[in-house]
Amino acid sequence: MNRHDSKSEIEKQIARRNRKNKRFKGVIIGATIVSTLPLLFILFYIFRQGISAINWQFLTHLPKPVGEAGGGVSNALVGSILILLVSCIIAIPVGIVIGIYLSEETKSKLAYYCRLAVDVLQGIPSIVIGIIIYEWIVRPMGGFSAFSGSVALALMMLPSIIKSTEETLKLLPESLKEASLALGVPYYKTILKVIVPTGLGGILTGVILSISRVIGETAPLLFTAFGSPFMTTDIFKPMSSLPLIIFNYATSPYEDWHQLAWGASMLLILMILILNIISKIIQRKWKVQF
Amino acid sequence: MESAVLKVRNFNAFFGENHILKNINLDIDKNSVWAIMGPSGCGKTTFIRCINRMHELTPNATAEGSMKLNGEEVYEMNPVLLRRKVGMVFQRPNPFPTMSIYDNVIAGYILNGIKLNKQQKDEIVETSLKRAALWMEVRSTLHKKGTFLSGGQQQRLCIARALSMNPEMLLLDEATSALDPVSTAKIEELIHELKAQYTILMVTHNMQQAARVSDKTAFFYLGELIEANNTKTIFTNPKHEKTQDYIRGHFG
Amino acid sequence: MIPAITFKSNGINFKEKAFKKTLTISAIVAVIILIAIFFTLLINSFPSIKALGARFFYDKTWDPVADEYGALPFLVGTLLTSFLALIISTPFSIAVSIFLGEYYKKGIVSETFKNVIDLLAGIPSVIYGFWGLFVLVPVVRVIEMKLNVPPYGVGIFTSSIILAIMILPFSVSLSRQVISMVPDHLKEAAYSLGATRFEVITKIIIPYTKSGLFAGLLLALGRALGETMAVTMLIGNTHSIPTGIFSPGNTMASVIANEFSEATGKLYTSALIEMGLFLFVVATVINIIGKQIIKRFTL
Repeated sequence: MNRHDSKSEIEKQIARRNRKNKRFKGVIIGATIVSTLPLLFILFYIFRQGISAINWQFLTHLPKPVGEAGGGVSNALVGSILILLVSCIIAIPVGIVIGIYLSEETKSKLAYYCRLAVDVLQGIPSIVIGIIIYEWIVRPMGGFSAFSGSVALALMMLPSIIKSTEETLKLLPESLKEASLALGVPYYKTILKVIVPTGLGGILTGVILSISRVIGETAPLLFTAFGSPFMTTDIFKPMSSLPLIIFNYATSPYEDWHQLAWGASMLLILMILILNIISKIIQRKWKVQF
Repeated sequence: MESAVLKVRNFNAFFGENHILKNINLDIDKNSVWAIMGPSGCGKTTFIRCINRMHELTPNATAEGSMKLNGEEVYEMNPVLLRRKVGMVFQRPNPFPTMSIYDNVIAGYILNGIKLNKQQKDEIVETSLKRAALWMEVRSTLHKKGTFLSGGQQQRLCIARALSMNPEMLLLDEATSALDPVSTAKIEELIHELKAQYTILMVTHNMQQAARVSDKTAFFYLGELIEANNTKTIFTNPKHEKTQDYIRGHFG
Repeated sequence: MIPAITFKSNGINFKEKAFKKTLTISAIVAVIILIAIFFTLLINSFPSIKALGARFFYDKTWDPVADEYGALPFLVGTLLTSFLALIISTPFSIAVSIFLGEYYKKGIVSETFKNVIDLLAGIPSVIYGFWGLFVLVPVVRVIEMKLNVPPYGVGIFTSSIILAIMILPFSVSLSRQVISMVPDHLKEAAYSLGATRFEVITKIIIPYTKSGLFAGLLLALGRALGETMAVTMLIGNTHSIPTGIFSPGNTMASVIANEFSEATGKLYTSALIEMGLFLFVVATVINIIGKQIIKRFTL
């Protein structure tokens, strides 16, 4: 075998492999960019359509009947905030307490089943949560209500609050607990006054992220809060909310309602963006050093 | 005759089925510095953790026997109240990261909800920090968080924190093994000064440190207390063969 | 002089016990909630299960007026859209995972794209549907006219595309992590034998992370199955079995969304709830299998 020949054979093969390598990287980069295009398209489109809809009237007026110009989404905005407030009141304390339990108990059988329950809860389709709350609250109450919507959203917030609390607290070093216990601080005070405050940054971040996730949920509200054309702050009555009106107006045949829906969409996206930025700021500022 | 701060009689400790401490009998006298020594796994850390009942915080950990702290049976006391009487400093400095230096020193009072007026607080903080030889270095930055200090300073802060509670006994669990030589020397000097007011038990795997700092030494091996005597005697004229082997470095 | 302060016990034992009890009860509550969810779905499905039995899943007529409830069209619609979305999304998801897990693990490029993917996950479903209605649908109409199929615009194809975009972030977040955790020494061994990066990725990294990638896809599938709003707005909402990927259809989730609040009659409601039960069970099984794979992988 002529050594010179096989050497150029090898060189050719290596050149081929290098080309393949370069092409592959190009494909990966290209595919990644393509994957991010939808985001740009969506944000751009919403901003373009929505920016013209947002004005003072938009934020402070109620929707007008079809055909009349103007109108706003004030009832939906108030509704979203109110429903969210009540879900937070329900979900945050419960979620943090369960998160504390799971971070302290790692081996017991109850902890295993509890974790399993949380995992399963996290994966339940949101429309099924709507069905559940309908059966648990709407039917016994005899009607739709913002309160039932809040409970539905609270159920959806629980898994992420529980998980982020558990993970944050688990990361804290054992010596922190020991230092407190050795000073004669009882266990419950150690958890409440030392462990939780030290982990507050992570817990708060988890709470804010879970809010940003449910603020745009529609399906669980379809047959709980149901929506309403009126402005109301009575949580035991049906209430409107931003995602609900987006759904209703977007699927309607009326152009002015489409406009309102674009404005509402932009409002919703802005709120989600702000919440995400806040959570990142908290993450950085509350970083506790050891 | 020195009065015994701690009297240990027929004391045994277990982790589940494992018999960690076997029939310990020991008297710790007031205002002395005891070195608790022995190879890894001999039970020395378990021993001091039994004194302030931190041992039982591990699941499946049990203990039996008698330990009397100034006449009171340790295992009949409320463990939380006991721990306020015994101070502990750990291997890794662990000041509370969310508290200032000032608050860290009086953490034992703050966390337990004990109300003190400003004057009392200032007094305790200054006295404890002075006793821990840290006052001069932090007197102008008391409001800063405790974690901004160096390792050695953090450890002295932890010592101040333990001292602020006026403990009947101070337990040091390898308190200098995570520190650099300079900080270690500072703390060893500190222990020497603290002896006048406190009774100190220090677990150490560093024989030279034990020889430098302690008055008395207890040598543990495989859960048994082999020998307990004046440090000088242990190092120059050990009575037990195992002690001799350990001192000579036959096992580590 | 440190003042002598006497410490009182202040009912410590009681507070300790109360605290520990509260923690335990909260955990029990979580388990009870889940069990209650399952049983609520089950019990409310009984009328439908009793009346229809297995017919429910292979009968293709859904006619509430005539009180006939065959869910086959919706089962087909659900499976079609979910699997189609998975097929469309997977190549991109793997590409992005390789991008973020291997080529650009750190730095500005990495952070930027990570944030973009996170943002994609943060956009509410209803907004995806809204955008799809006004941007995707006209485009698909044009495509359909070129292909000489009825230009509905909405249908299986359109909803699958939007689903693919929506589930991308979920499979990426997991796959990216497993890819970035491949031990360096394995890769270095390959490099030192003269392999190109492409070869290391395809012959070392991907095989090593196979199960992790699979779990990522499973979790994405689970999300796709339960996705409601965007699909409802883009699928065409018919009661017949879709005949091709451009025909309109329906998924179980979108039927529930559309018809639940107006459902009259015990059997109608029960049939809808039975679909909810089905979704619950399938999503849960997929979820648990996915998490088991992850657990085994990270050990």
